[in-house]
Amino acid sequence: MDEIAKEYDVIVLGTGLTECILSGVLSVKGKKVLHIDRNDHYGGEAASVNLEALFKKYGNYAKGTEPWKQYGRVNDWNIDLVPKFLMSSGELTNILVSTDVTRYLEFKQVAGSYVQQGSGSRATVAKVPSDAAEALRSPLMGIFEKRRMKNFIEWVGSFDRKDSATHKGLDINNCTMKEVYDKFGLEATTKDFIGHAMALYHDDSYLEAKGGAPEAIERIRLYGNSVARYGKSPYIYPLYGLGELPQGFARLSAIYGGTYMLNTNVDELIYEGGKAVGIKATMTGIEPEMKFETRAKMILGDPSYFPGKVKVTGHVLRAICILKHPLASTNDSDSCQLIIPQSQVGRKNDIYIACVSAAHNVCPKGYWIAIVSTIAETSANHHLELAPGLERLGRIEEQFMGSPIPLYEPLEDGTNDNIFISKSYDASSHFESTTDNVRDIYRRCAAEELVVEGLREGIQVAEE
Amino acid sequence: MADSANAPKPSSSVKLVLLGEAAVGKSSLVLRFVNNDFQENKEPTIGAAFLTQKCNLPTRTIKFEIWDTAGQERFASLAPMYYRNAQAALVVYDLTKPTSLVKAKHWVAELQRQASPGIVIALVGNKLDLTNDGAGSGAAESGDDSGDARKITTEEAKTYAEEEGLLFFETSAKTGYNVTEVFTAIANAIPETSLKSARGPGASHAAGRTEEQRVNLNGPRDPNAKEGCAC
Repeated sequence: MDEIAKEYDVIVLGTGLTECILSGVLSVKGKKVLHIDRNDHYGGEAASVNLEALFKKYGNYAKGTEPWKQYGRVNDWNIDLVPKFLMSSGELTNILVSTDVTRYLEFKQVAGSYVQQGSGSRATVAKVPSDAAEALRSPLMGIFEKRRMKNFIEWVGSFDRKDSATHKGLDINNCTMKEVYDKFGLEATTKDFIGHAMALYHDDSYLEAKGGAPEAIERIRLYGNSVARYGKSPYIYPLYGLGELPQGFARLSAIYGGTYMLNTNVDELIYEGGKAVGIKATMTGIEPEMKFETRAKMILGDPSYFPGKVKVTGHVLRAICILKHPLASTNDSDSCQLIIPQSQVGRKNDIYIACVSAAHNVCPKGYWIAIVSTIAETSANHHLELAPGLERLGRIEEQFMGSPIPLYEPLEDGTNDNIFISKSYDASSHFESTTDNVRDIYRRCAAEELVVEGLREGIQVAEE
Repeated sequence: MADSANAPKPSSSVKLVLLGEAAVGKSSLVLRFVNNDFQENKEPTIGAAFLTQKCNLPTRTIKFEIWDTAGQERFASLAPMYYRNAQAALVVYDLTKPTSLVKAKHWVAELQRQASPGIVIALVGNKLDLTNDGAGSGAAESGDDSGDARKITTEEAKTYAEEEGLLFFETSAKTGYNVTEVFTAIANAIPETSLKSARGPGASHAAGRTEEQRVNLNGPRDPNAKEGCAC
């Protein structure tokens, strides 16, 4: 077994996506990285696991039984623990392309993006219209509202923050998004699907935010551009599940000299003068166990490695469900996202359903994996909170739902103790907040903005 | 390996993964195969996403995408992604170092457990130049005298390879002896059927219907996309 160096530039703890992107980028930039995970697999909280591992994680089976055996080969299952999709014109796509990590992964479109109007037996599920033509065909709006939506969506396309002629007479930098909607005379239900299924806000606080209009418009454009890129929906998804993403960035890091150690427990953080300067750790899974100590200029990691340095900001409720059919009213899609905006079902937070299937090599043919999630609003009855989403699934073969999952944030920004901690993966349905977190941590630990464009210039690959 | 002006032959990409103990010459074998080059005291691998090299067969062209472990095997931390859809594997040992064959056997078992069922595995004993039968120089087989560093007999490794159904070669990346032969033998051993799909056998069941939805992120972006909605 090779020696571990006495000192690294950076020690990274946990192999979630945020950590793996950071170690990939830092390695490409010439930093000497040691990347450690206590688990025997990559991905941490954001791993994809097989069906047997999922049953064992949730423990919902009788001792001595092996219920996973009735679902084909366990290794044909790659079930995401954190459901998300990539926006095809989003920042994660940009980072994947700029670092050439796309070479290790294959992506497919998510077949549809849907939204629910109404609730219970009167619920309508329909495709989110992404352009003027779709707006005119959409069952989500009446005949006059369709025209108003068409006007709005065309205006978003031609909007230029710097050109006041495109501002419709609004003081765009100071007005609220509600004022913008009202300018177009849009109805409450239309605002709902624009804000939640296109701009992808989790709640309605954006409506009244002074000066929030340009950001909301930018989000709607990101949605439109992402749809326009491949056609069916704004989302793409990697074959074999989201767990491939951290593996891809870990490989990037390794190719640039990053050292990887799974099965390794961090026993102690070493401090000098209040600053972290290294770790004591033990690599298990080998005989004999290997204890070692090493130093670093800084330590990065996910919240689970720093229990005393993070706070809980909320809880996510999540139910992973195995189905034998596609979601109803989604045109028999092999995959889709369905958003139930909060106000449609009397909540403060949206309910998301992410559905993928054998088309993405995440399960055997004939199965669908649907994950329902939302932010907890009560301290009990979590099943009831998810009920409007679970109702959409029809017959459920298996359901995995644990306790509410805490969302952590670091208490400090890391400049005092040289420890830079990521946030938990939030309830949002895409990776934009994850990449925001990557940029934020990079800014704090490297004292410069992360520019990924041009990163692959230095990446050595053979001629085609 | 340029072929003269023949009609274009069918061409397929094959993912080939390298496995073996550190410093047995995995990268050197690839460097010899891809660039016909050798570097003494090569530093551990850094900076190569993967290398590609074509192998021309009489009826078809195989384009190897050669994946290096990038050192992730050192602390037993190779990702499942590494094995995913690999159609061929080169398991390398150093025939002057007995522990490296033990390690090679471990990798063969790991491949049989994790990789696609139809994977073609070649067991390669490298550093033949350090033995008396040295790198095709035609030296005599009987070599227990001073200059011979060989610790693993051809018989021992060959018997094991036959038991496990592996291709078997002894090579020298330093002199180039037998290197091209290894890759040609692998190319020949890959079943025609598994070449039909774009990527390995694992993806073949989904070929056709699903192929159309694959997206190429590196493709040119819609030039209008930056201007605004494509409405």
